[in-house]
Amino acid sequence: MVNLSPRSTALKWANSQMRYALKVALRHLTSNPSQTSLLVLGVAVAVFIFIFMSALIGGLADLMVNQTLGGMAHVTLAADDHELPQLETGSDATVLMARQRSTVANTGIQDAVLFQQVIDQVPGVAVSSAQITGGGVLIRGERVRQVSVVGLSHDRVTAIIPFEQYLLQGQLSLNGDGVLIGATLADDLNLTVGGTVALRTDSGNIAMLRISGLFRSGVGQLDSAAAYLDIRTARSLFDMPNGVSRIELKLDDLYDASRVSDRIEVITGLDAEPWTATAEQLYQGLKAQSDTGLILKGFALVTIVIGVASSLMLSTYRRRPEIGIMRAMGSSQQFILIVFVSQGVIIGFLGGVVGAVFGLAILTPLTPAGDVQPGQLPIDVAQGSIGLAIFLTLLGATLAAILPARSASRIDPVEAIGQ
Amino acid sequence: MNNLNPEPLVELRNLTKTFGTGETGTQVLKGLNLTVPRGGMIALLGASGSGKSTLLNILGTLLRPTSGDFRMLGQDLFEADDATLTDFRNRHIGFVFQFHNLLPDFTALENVIFPSAVRDGIETPQARRRGAELLDIVGLSDRKDFRATKLSGGQKQRVAVARALMNQPDLILADEPTGNLDSKSAEQVMSLIKELNEREKTTFIISTHDESIADQCEIRVEIKDGRI
Repeated sequence: MVNLSPRSTALKWANSQMRYALKVALRHLTSNPSQTSLLVLGVAVAVFIFIFMSALIGGLADLMVNQTLGGMAHVTLAADDHELPQLETGSDATVLMARQRSTVANTGIQDAVLFQQVIDQVPGVAVSSAQITGGGVLIRGERVRQVSVVGLSHDRVTAIIPFEQYLLQGQLSLNGDGVLIGATLADDLNLTVGGTVALRTDSGNIAMLRISGLFRSGVGQLDSAAAYLDIRTARSLFDMPNGVSRIELKLDDLYDASRVSDRIEVITGLDAEPWTATAEQLYQGLKAQSDTGLILKGFALVTIVIGVASSLMLSTYRRRPEIGIMRAMGSSQQFILIVFVSQGVIIGFLGGVVGAVFGLAILTPLTPAGDVQPGQLPIDVAQGSIGLAIFLTLLGATLAAILPARSASRIDPVEAIGQ
Repeated sequence: MNNLNPEPLVELRNLTKTFGTGETGTQVLKGLNLTVPRGGMIALLGASGSGKSTLLNILGTLLRPTSGDFRMLGQDLFEADDATLTDFRNRHIGFVFQFHNLLPDFTALENVIFPSAVRDGIETPQARRRGAELLDIVGLSDRKDFRATKLSGGQKQRVAVARALMNQPDLILADEPTGNLDSKSAEQVMSLIKELNEREKTTFIISTHDESIADQCEIRVEIKDGRI
């Protein structure tokens, strides 16, 4: 008497067949090397397009962000406006006084140091910078220029604006009477490093400042109408013995600005404004660019899926008699399934790796070492999502193989052999 | 010499097979009774459309009967599921087909050891040894590393016979094994089958139109209109 295998034993048996199924799959692929090479090449080209699009969109976004947002905070925190007292309590009440909300004096953020300690711990925050801001004019002889004045902590001068990249002459130290100005403004006022200039603030205070450094950011407003000085100097110039005007933040991921700013608003009660609100057009432009990239990458993945699926469909059809023979020899449906899914996995893996190697080989020399020059593509191969490209290709090819593999496993051996 | 063992290998009782359903259904096997003894060579004769291939496919567990009893090696195979039948087929049944007999991308030796590799999940050294021995028996030891596509028709059938014997099955089903061969190759294949039947005591059921082949078998079973 022969013992028939129960279903669970049959499943274990199917698992043990994996290795041999892989051999059969490889044999199918190597039996027609030109067809397999073409298929792998097709997948590799799609993977290359995926990597190229990721590197280009990422590099382009960085370029745009650096050029426009380089000197801009990702999130700006200001004190919440005070609630106006209820002036009208009923329909018959007399209005004693009406005052526009925006004209209420903002006393700034008090206890900024404590706030900064909390904010610096919020996940996603890279660095914070407490600042005192105001308006004023720089006066040198008969030349007068309107400027925005920003007082910075001496240890966070480069926290928001990368002055270290923009510095042309002098140094970044802002101790005491030092001031950093743009090269355009310096030209206008005929100033050089070490020169002195008078600053008269909107509140009427005057100080003599020494030019400690000149910078060129490429952003017109910064280069021609801004002055950066020590926060302690700014404190006396703007009559703010306590508190700060605002706290600016740089984030690890600038696209996370809305979420982080919402969170900080809840934690601190301060008004938090992400750059996506202050520079909405730029944000929309970047988003549209990113969405376009996603669509193109999606098309590349669809190409992979269609390519692998159609090729395996054809292979399944062409190999029907063989599948019939394998079934007659005792191959289970799972075995046939594994044989054809494995082919998809192998093609996806090879195509992914070849595409990634192509991508690295072609895009690395195209990645600008420093600043992007006119006419140069702002490709950043580091943002090529190579791992993601290989993973998605492998996943896509595997999913693409499932349908033909299921169809192969369900082939009726009697019909297949009888063909 | 008679290899017949009184213990039955296969028992079929009132076996029917209908293709399709309702009025359009066609009953190919109509209440068939058959007992196949162990160790014999049985010729299955009948005109085209008589139901020979259907019976052979049912015996090979590739096709399910519609009704009746189907027992092999004492086991009821009528209700068994696909996984069970596949395993049973791998261990107890060998096939020699008329066409499409070998896997074209595999060598002669790989084709021979395929049933064993599928069972074990690997081509074991023992399987490779037995495969080589079987190829030697069928006179193809010098062709063991040849791709199937590089073999002649007669050589392919001899490889198929060796493959059918690989897992030492109890039953080998041969569907017109010489139907696609020239007379010399056909003679070689039949003498090989007879020799193996003698040596391995394996039961052969050979479907054929050829009276000369039927004459070489111990039992003749003729099917006419779905009945024996």
